[in-house]
Amino acid sequence: MAVSHDLSPAVDLTAFLKRRPDAAPTFELRVKGARCAACLGKIERETAALPGVTSARLNLTNGKLTVAFDSLADADPGAVVLRLENLGYPATPYDPAQAADALDREGRRLVLCLAVAAFGAMNTMMFSVPLWAGLFGQELGPATRVVMQWWCALVATPCALYAGRPFFESAWRSLKRRRANMDVPISIGVLLTLGISFSETLLRGRDAYFDAAVSLLFLLLIGRWLDHQLKLRARSAASDLLALQAPAATVVGEDGVERRQPISEVEVGDVLIVRPGERIPVDALVQSGSSEIDNALLTGETAPVPLRPGHVCRAGALNLSGVVHLQALARSEDSAVAAIARLVEAGAQSKSKYVQLADRAASIYVPVVHSAALLTFAGGWIVGLGPREAILRAVAVLIITCPCALGLAVPAVQISASARLFRRGVLVKSGAALERLAEVDHVVFDKTGVLTEGRPKVLDAPASTIALAAPLARASSHPLSRALAAEAGPGPCADAVIEHPGLGVEGIIDGRRARLGRAEFVGVSGRANLETELWFAFQGETKIRFRFSDRLRPDAAETVAALAARGLSVEILSGDAPFPVAMAAEGAGISTWRGGLTPIEKSEAILALQSEGRRVLMVGDGLNDAAALARADAAMAPGTALDASQNAADLVFSGEALGAVVDAIDVARQARRRALENFSFAALYNLIAAPAAMLGLMNPFVAALAMSGSSLAVTLNALRLRRRA
Amino acid sequence: MNIFMMLAPMSVFLGLLGVGAFWWTLSHGQYEDPSGDAARILLDDPEDRPL
Repeated sequence: MAVSHDLSPAVDLTAFLKRRPDAAPTFELRVKGARCAACLGKIERETAALPGVTSARLNLTNGKLTVAFDSLADADPGAVVLRLENLGYPATPYDPAQAADALDREGRRLVLCLAVAAFGAMNTMMFSVPLWAGLFGQELGPATRVVMQWWCALVATPCALYAGRPFFESAWRSLKRRRANMDVPISIGVLLTLGISFSETLLRGRDAYFDAAVSLLFLLLIGRWLDHQLKLRARSAASDLLALQAPAATVVGEDGVERRQPISEVEVGDVLIVRPGERIPVDALVQSGSSEIDNALLTGETAPVPLRPGHVCRAGALNLSGVVHLQALARSEDSAVAAIARLVEAGAQSKSKYVQLADRAASIYVPVVHSAALLTFAGGWIVGLGPREAILRAVAVLIITCPCALGLAVPAVQISASARLFRRGVLVKSGAALERLAEVDHVVFDKTGVLTEGRPKVLDAPASTIALAAPLARASSHPLSRALAAEAGPGPCADAVIEHPGLGVEGIIDGRRARLGRAEFVGVSGRANLETELWFAFQGETKIRFRFSDRLRPDAAETVAALAARGLSVEILSGDAPFPVAMAAEGAGISTWRGGLTPIEKSEAILALQSEGRRVLMVGDGLNDAAALARADAAMAPGTALDASQNAADLVFSGEALGAVVDAIDVARQARRRALENFSFAALYNLIAAPAAMLGLMNPFVAALAMSGSSLAVTLNALRLRRRA
Repeated sequence: MNIFMMLAPMSVFLGLLGVGAFWWTLSHGQYEDPSGDAARILLDDPEDRPL
């Protein structure tokens, strides 16, 4: 039986069409490999030329192609995918449900607030510069001063009220839960500043701080926007990874037509067809066909498992060699994965209890600052200042201590740290993840696909023997054959190749019939059939045995040593059989290891470590690791991991090198150091500025200068992290 | 002082115009695909070729 890996044109992708009642249907795909103007032009031109397509537009920034069709009847999304494949750009349809929330409303709102605050700050400044000049004895009559102050009020007040909304809302939400986050003092500071400035203007005083209120918001919004950008980039990268996993199943209808459907639409009893190289979409019973499945991502087992009619296979397993027809036994959310998904959820909840550095700082900062202001007011009154002067000084304390530098201190550090890691191929999913990673003191590795490469390599066979079998190996998609072909390098392919699912391949090399596959298929009898070996023979000749093993990543031992040098202890928790785990542990230089663990046992092992007071970093890739990843204090997954694991992980690293783990820990620790430096800088600044405000040495000019100066210093300190790459 | 009373509202108005223009670009998706827009300028429209 010949096997094809392409999406056949007969496959129906209409389930992925985005249907809108009032407009033509659209279809969204993620296109890989488009980088330049030429690609863009070619893709749009060729796609738009397809029948039934009205327009095609490619977003080069995020690789999303949006195709609009004439009408539902003419729409053939399968043809679009096929055309793109032929052009050399692999494409995967987006799940319409996922694409819907791609609109970044929150980001737009922040940018608009930022623009309004910038306008407000600059235009208020226009009127406040003459006021500052007046403070230094320049000519400014009382009438002119009042006019200037009113202009300041007119411009600054609406701008501050509009631009401050993100802070006011967040502060209100936090107060309703009886907690005080950083936004509470910000909101109180801004509103009090506006109020006192109004009263000063009305009472013809000279201390109106309108410009301070808006420029404070402007600087804080920069921090808020940076933070949002970081989250957004991570989220879109994560959803891209999800889209690439193509959460679709091929369902065979009663009429015999194959349809691609989102996994969530598969019903119990549906007949599914799974080709080699695809994942089993839901828990299912094999009806016909035979194959082998790879459970590595599910259980951590390295050896493929044979699949015959009547067997049950679990969602997430990779089909290796033959086409199988399956009957769905469960819906996607009831499949075996769902139990793990619940564990992941529970773990994620425990993670959300982590209090971020900035909020921890706020919980100390807020009471101190507010009691300082209260003390100033009370003290001023006792010393004999009038109530107006006492209030003014108290407000000056609040303005000067408004946590502007603090608002920037952490986001600026986190964005430069994650930019640096991004260049090294590590994706950081949230700023809090970096903070948790910095505190880690114990690293737990999964074995298959993390410490090892996750794919078999040929063990000690002479190159001449490999070259003999290579033409047949190149024609097969089985992982062992592929390992053999990779070892042999490029070369000719055998003729008249027939793939016998679950057994091996047969074909003609140089006019001679040859077989490559399981022992009994090649004609070796009386041997226990090992899953990690492959036999090869020309018809009637000596049988040759190839043995395979999953090799350690080249820098595994080096990484473990580097982690140990940083004072971290290392451990392996694996679902694979004890013997291969022991081998890998020995190779990588790890003394603590456990094998044969179920996903729940892994998660419990992490919990046990945590109850001993350890801070655990879990590095894993399989579905069996997802619960442990979610439970651990910090989690990393390689880019080859299953989507569930990538979702559960805080950081995703691409590439072959395990050294990314060490890099990430180093950068996270540096980022923490910078953030703490920024905090202590802000504290120092407050230590000087607050007493000055208490003594009444503050005026609007000094306030403006001090605030922007401290923000600038904090940002520059954060940028140092970026430079030392 | 009179000239100030005229120039001040004018400058604020011009500033508002800037914010309005920015809002317009934002709501019309001008920042959705910066690298695509940079590439598109290099593409010739098929109808634009000389006869």
